[in-house]
Amino acid sequence: MYPDERGRFGEFGGQYVPETLMSALRQLEDDYARLSQDDEFTAQLSEYLSTYSGRPTPLYYAKRLTELLGGPKIYLKREDLNHTGAHKINNTLGQGLLAKMTGKKRVIAETGAGQHGVASATVAALLGLECTVFMGEEDMARQALNVFRMRLLGAEVVPAVSGTKTLKDATNEAIRHWVQHVEDTYYIIGSVVGPHPYPMMVRNFQRIIGDETKEQILRQEGRLPDVILACVGGGSNAMGIFYPFVSDAHVRLIGVEAAGDGVETERHAASIAKGRKGVLHGSLTMLLQDADGQVLPAHSISAGLDYPGVGPEHAHLGATGRATYVPITDREALEAFSLLARVEGILPALESAHAVAHALKLAPGMQKDELLVISLSGRGDKDVEQVQPYFGGGNHAE
Amino acid sequence: MQSSGREHLEQRLRACAPERAAFIPFITAGDPDFSTSVQIALMLARHADAIEIGIPYSDPLADGPVIQEASLRALAAGMTMSRAFDLMRAVREQSDVPLIAFTYANPVMQAGFGVFMQSCRESGVSGVIVPDLPYEESDDLLAAADATGVALIPLLALTSRERIAKIAARAQGFAYCVSSLGVTGERSNFSAELRSFVQTVQQHAAVPTAVGFGVSTADHVRELAAFADGVVVGSAIVRRCGAMQPAAQSGDDATLRAQMEELERFCAGLAHAAVRAGAAS
Ligand SMILES: Cc1ncc(COP(=O)(O)O)c(C=O)c1O
Repeated sequence: MYPDERGRFGEFGGQYVPETLMSALRQLEDDYARLSQDDEFTAQLSEYLSTYSGRPTPLYYAKRLTELLGGPKIYLKREDLNHTGAHKINNTLGQGLLAKMTGKKRVIAETGAGQHGVASATVAALLGLECTVFMGEEDMARQALNVFRMRLLGAEVVPAVSGTKTLKDATNEAIRHWVQHVEDTYYIIGSVVGPHPYPMMVRNFQRIIGDETKEQILRQEGRLPDVILACVGGGSNAMGIFYPFVSDAHVRLIGVEAAGDGVETERHAASIAKGRKGVLHGSLTMLLQDADGQVLPAHSISAGLDYPGVGPEHAHLGATGRATYVPITDREALEAFSLLARVEGILPALESAHAVAHALKLAPGMQKDELLVISLSGRGDKDVEQVQPYFGGGNHAE
Repeated sequence: MQSSGREHLEQRLRACAPERAAFIPFITAGDPDFSTSVQIALMLARHADAIEIGIPYSDPLADGPVIQEASLRALAAGMTMSRAFDLMRAVREQSDVPLIAFTYANPVMQAGFGVFMQSCRESGVSGVIVPDLPYEESDDLLAAADATGVALIPLLALTSRERIAKIAARAQGFAYCVSSLGVTGERSNFSAELRSFVQTVQQHAAVPTAVGFGVSTADHVRELAAFADGVVVGSAIVRRCGAMQPAAQSGDDATLRAQMEELERFCAGLAHAAVRAGAAS
């Protein structure tokens, strides 16, 4: 059973944080252990997940996409249909309730694409909590609409101006702020990253994606899928859909990392493919870094995948070979983005488009009687403005 | 036989009592550049009982804006782990002041815990602080510290509470008490609980106890020297080092000299403030 009592997934994970936070993490472990067994907590959470966020999300058979590719039956797990438009709210509802039930009045969050920030601001409004979101200055420009959404929801958005001004630095700022306000502030981490118990807790709040998928595919097809694909930034939607299938050894789990301009260039975010073991944001994981251990800037067109690290459980699944991790470039993601829009009438988030893009490569080589599930982690409305230059004025990605 | 780094550091800190608290300034290696950094350290050595040298890291989680920017400046100017060791060796060749390397878990891990501690010993570094390597994660580095005689200096926080006993019991060099909740940076005042926190640590530690983070004025030093065995001053000094960059870059020696003198006056004032009231200095 991972993580072990030291918060490790094999050799990955742990708690590499300033001493000031250690007591808070221990408290969080205890609170989570208690509340995750508490009837009141679990009842409230499942009530919100269904009546507020709209779960269960459908497992949609993408018939036209299936026919176009001529391979396996392709199903889309429609996390884009959640309230706020992505899987992120599964986790923020869980952690928000945890904060509320442990008497915290204030939450903070980091965000890359803005989806986790929006989901945190939303839950803060729902539960009557104060909310501050840290966001890289560059991401604020890329995802201006989400900045405005967070402010409309009553959250304060603080630009992270240090370092690369993206998700990594927003996370640094959130941790620094937490160190200062640890006694009255709950930190809602947005992915399966950070010090123990976050990777475990976020995975457990996201595993509903995989639990539902399993039930739905068994109902619709009478068997488990052959392949599950999900994009990996920190890795929460992927861990969420993978986890219930980890012990089903014949189900292939494939995480899709952002390759930016290509993994052969210096501009990508493929931490597992191109990283080395290292410590970032409180855990030992796979990390893009130079020979001296300086963290290298990541690059992806998708702000939600633009992160030089990855959740420690993915590092572990990668090291043991239980899951494989493949790269998809900006350009491939853009092509998949537009293809899914035209073929299925679904605009995927640019993050999710990476998973779709790998399906386009994989499906033609698979059998027609096989089953492929794609985690469609979010919807693409937030990205429409950003992709406009690629598709307008004769610049159409083919 | 030459004493170990750990002994060297502990002896120097203990020698301060009871007249004064130890004065431990912090600078970032290579800020504003290699040779100015060495000069600053040698100047500080005239006033300090030990010097903390930050080995710059891209993601300094425990640092506020002043030291973050210093780290980025130093990295941009070409500072690396091995250059930082060169720098510390250069300081130690001209001074016997104990040096303490301050850096983060990832660069230490990439160097290799054993190799890192060995480099410390070979460069004359007496102690090491890794702020994101808490008690639970520090066994491997501690083993390397023991093998080399270099001190692994642990941090303790106001929130440590029932953790204090075990952390302090295993402290080497000194026990580093973080003055308040938060990262490094200049602050105007300290927590009301600080004094009793430091005294609790003193009860459990066999080594001296120093306070750092936020200590930025002579008044602060005076206040803390009343109960702490040592006082660390970081951002207030680093800010002044950073201000030397334009003059250092343009070769404006007169300005650089004036800035160095101003920094020396400031540090001499801090060292003087560490002398306890009533003690003959
Ligand atoms: C729609 C969507 N998918 C995926 C991600 C990446 O996060 P994770 O890897 O934790 O699922 C994000 C992050 O912002 C997102 O908004």
